[in-house]
Amino acid sequence: MIIFLLRRIGAGLVLIFVVTAFTFFLTYGANIPVARNLLGNSANAEQIATLNAQLGLDKPIFEQYFRWLTSTLHGDLGTSYFTNQPVAEALAARLPVTLSVVVVASIITILVSCALGVASAARGGIIDSILQGISTIAFVFPGIVLGILLVFIFAIQLQWVPAIGYVPFAESPSAWFLSIIMPAVVLCIGGIAAMAAQVRGSLIDELGREYVRTLRSRGTSERSILLKHALRNAAGPALTTFSLQFIGMFGAALFIEKIFALPGYGTYAFNATIQGDLPAMLGVSLFGVGLVVVVNLLVDIAAGWLNPKARTS
Amino acid sequence: MTTTDIETVVQADAPAKRAGALRRLLRRPLGVMALFILASLIVLGLLEPVLNTHPPTFSSLQHVNAPPGTPGWPFGGDQYGRDIWARVLSSINVSLISALIGAGVGLMVGVGFGLIAGYVGKRTDAVSSWVFNLLMTFPSLVLIIILFPVTGGTFQSTMVIFGFFLAPGIFRLVRNLVVGVRNELYVDAARVSGLSNRRILTRHVLYVVRGPIIISAAFLASAAIGVQAGLAFLGFGAAQVSFGAMTSDAFVNIYSQPVQLVWAAGFLALLNGSLVLLGNAYRDALAAPQATVKRRPRRLLGEAVIKPAVSDTPSSKPAADATSGLLTVRNLWVKYPQPHGSEKAVVRGVSLDVAPGEIVGLVGESGSGKTQTAFSVLGLLPKEASVSADALAVAGESLLDKHAGAMRRLRGSAIAYIPQEPMANLDPSFTIGSQLVEGLSAGMSRREAKDTVLQLLARVGITDPVRTFKSYPHQISGGMAQRVLIAGAVAGRPKLLIADEPTTALDVTIQAEILDLLRDLQGEYGMGVLLVTHNFGVVADLCDRVLVMRSGEMVESGNVRSIFHQPQHPYTRELIASILDEETVRTDPAPGSARTHEEAL
Repeated sequence: MIIFLLRRIGAGLVLIFVVTAFTFFLTYGANIPVARNLLGNSANAEQIATLNAQLGLDKPIFEQYFRWLTSTLHGDLGTSYFTNQPVAEALAARLPVTLSVVVVASIITILVSCALGVASAARGGIIDSILQGISTIAFVFPGIVLGILLVFIFAIQLQWVPAIGYVPFAESPSAWFLSIIMPAVVLCIGGIAAMAAQVRGSLIDELGREYVRTLRSRGTSERSILLKHALRNAAGPALTTFSLQFIGMFGAALFIEKIFALPGYGTYAFNATIQGDLPAMLGVSLFGVGLVVVVNLLVDIAAGWLNPKARTS
Repeated sequence: MTTTDIETVVQADAPAKRAGALRRLLRRPLGVMALFILASLIVLGLLEPVLNTHPPTFSSLQHVNAPPGTPGWPFGGDQYGRDIWARVLSSINVSLISALIGAGVGLMVGVGFGLIAGYVGKRTDAVSSWVFNLLMTFPSLVLIIILFPVTGGTFQSTMVIFGFFLAPGIFRLVRNLVVGVRNELYVDAARVSGLSNRRILTRHVLYVVRGPIIISAAFLASAAIGVQAGLAFLGFGAAQVSFGAMTSDAFVNIYSQPVQLVWAAGFLALLNGSLVLLGNAYRDALAAPQATVKRRPRRLLGEAVIKPAVSDTPSSKPAADATSGLLTVRNLWVKYPQPHGSEKAVVRGVSLDVAPGEIVGLVGESGSGKTQTAFSVLGLLPKEASVSADALAVAGESLLDKHAGAMRRLRGSAIAYIPQEPMANLDPSFTIGSQLVEGLSAGMSRREAKDTVLQLLARVGITDPVRTFKSYPHQISGGMAQRVLIAGAVAGRPKLLIADEPTTALDVTIQAEILDLLRDLQGEYGMGVLLVTHNFGVVADLCDRVLVMRSGEMVESGNVRSIFHQPQHPYTRELIASILDEETVRTDPAPGSARTHEEAL
């Protein structure tokens, strides 16, 4: 188990390294006119050259990459060209917003999709249809349309929740919840459809296995067979699906943040990209892939804990 | 289902599917509707130059927020006075092109590498699977956003990148399908018959993966459309007219002009909806031959209830001669629904008796219906089976029409079961102890149950019961697992034990030990045993009487000695003659494969 985890951590670090190197060379190599953007059209060539030298953009790209890598390893992600705020600090301030939404969406996804998956595997019929319905809705309405629809209904018409903005949890947990529940619901629709289908499928597989028949032959109740034995064994594949869903939700959160005007990671990424704010873009990339790696690792640990074979070896 | 079965099914169904899938799609109202909407949208897009009244970027101050129905501005104007109708037409094209590029790249990359990895296998497979798994964990949208300045900001180039991120799902789908097909006999057969590798690929593999590819193409297209709209909504490529940009413009106006949102959102939903429904309808059309079976209520939990025989099943013997025996079965029929609505009988009018303390062998080859007969007595046949009998009673208690709860109590106490494949019959996620305790916990405290289980484990010959109690199934050997299952079976002090090939999956040395254990326990508890086997050697070793089944019917019965000495039926003679082969070569298939599946269903 320890060796397995170390290997996964190693693979995660490789992924972080590959993705950030990839983005570094593509973005720094793309000749984005950073100095021109910063100084405006009135600046002359000399001013631009001076600024480029200040920012280190005149150096060969490998030297720039090496400098970025060493300072990143020391925890310094550089400073935004436009706001002069350290990138790490800015991201650390914004991540709680995005994580609030994504984590709440994840919890809803897990709970609802397990319930739906179990009910659908056990009963089929109408719950199958509900699942089909959710999955069709998720595909038919892209996140932005669904988000706007919910804003229109619940925030503008019914005024149950604020249409926009974010309240930190520390300030007021209830206001925090109201400010993120709509975006979280929008995010989890697609995840629920996919994961409930996975839970249902794995459960049906498990219910067809021989050990289930043997449990029945000993008079074990259907409830215990479904909720204890089959669900436990079906949890592994469902977790894998969940980790992919999480990555999807994290990406979709970038869109959703704009609809709900949440000052999160997505808004930061958007501004950085539009402005060509290279250190900020790299920071966004590093945080994004880092989060994915952490979540995958957590899922691996959970899957290992669920699987006695992995746990005991 | 055995491999040969799949071969025939695939080959028999292939021409039918080939001709029918599209036609069946067109017979489904939902499919036709989706196809019609999609085609209309494509036509609208193609006719944009003819249909639009203004260029999509033309703005007129007089038409700022013009209401729908304004002459020349059928959908009204947006906040810059641009013609919403013209913008919708233009956006349809952008979305369709995005779908084509995104899904196209995703399919090309995914299908191409999937075919190669699945067919070549080995290192190619390992490397490409690794790469695609890595790609799958990429936070794709973050990267697409970050790389926006690099791609030059056009939606086409963005969609090319997105296509790569769509590829892993397709890769896995195709790879797994190909691996599945590759392992089928018919590709091997094609290889033997001298077809070249490339022809095998195109002929068999591509045919099998075609359906799933078409279905996923629809979903990929809708994903590409959604992401393109999302990026445009965020403001990437804002200069390009698109549904995303329109939604973004209208969103600003959501308080004053909510109707402006309807156009972009509505057409986007129509476009995606038609794609998704088309994909669904095509999937259903492909699955159509099975649809009649699926129609039945598909409750997966629970088992078939045994019905009293109805008049249309021919009775081979006069009904229910009341016996005081332990197990009485009269005129048992087990039928399964077939895809085309008919029913196939796998057990045909079987009658048998087991007296208390008697060991009866039920012998026959795979598919003879012996396991189905045994499971009928346990009430453990799958829901879709229809089971009927004139009489079916255990210890004087009739099982006919018995509801699930009562049947369960009976299984916990009067009837018990020992399976064939010990490892597959233990829940891998729970300790041996907890699985056995669960079966007991009804009448006793946890502590008592634990002590009972420990005693049982010792009784069935496990040397370190405490350790085994705490072990997970993967930590013990097959022989020990079978002892554990025997302990679980006799825990409830059953009157009738049904053993389904209890030694077939074990090593020869352990087989004898398990048979000895069964004989001892049978004597000790005075159980009646119905021993299902294909092995006359086991019968000779253990049984008092023997019943021979073939093709769902009982062909011969009698006490073991007389059957061995004077087999009446030629089939029995064949089976006896095969004992010699059995000793040297085990003829049953590998654990967990064909036989169990076939007999279980």
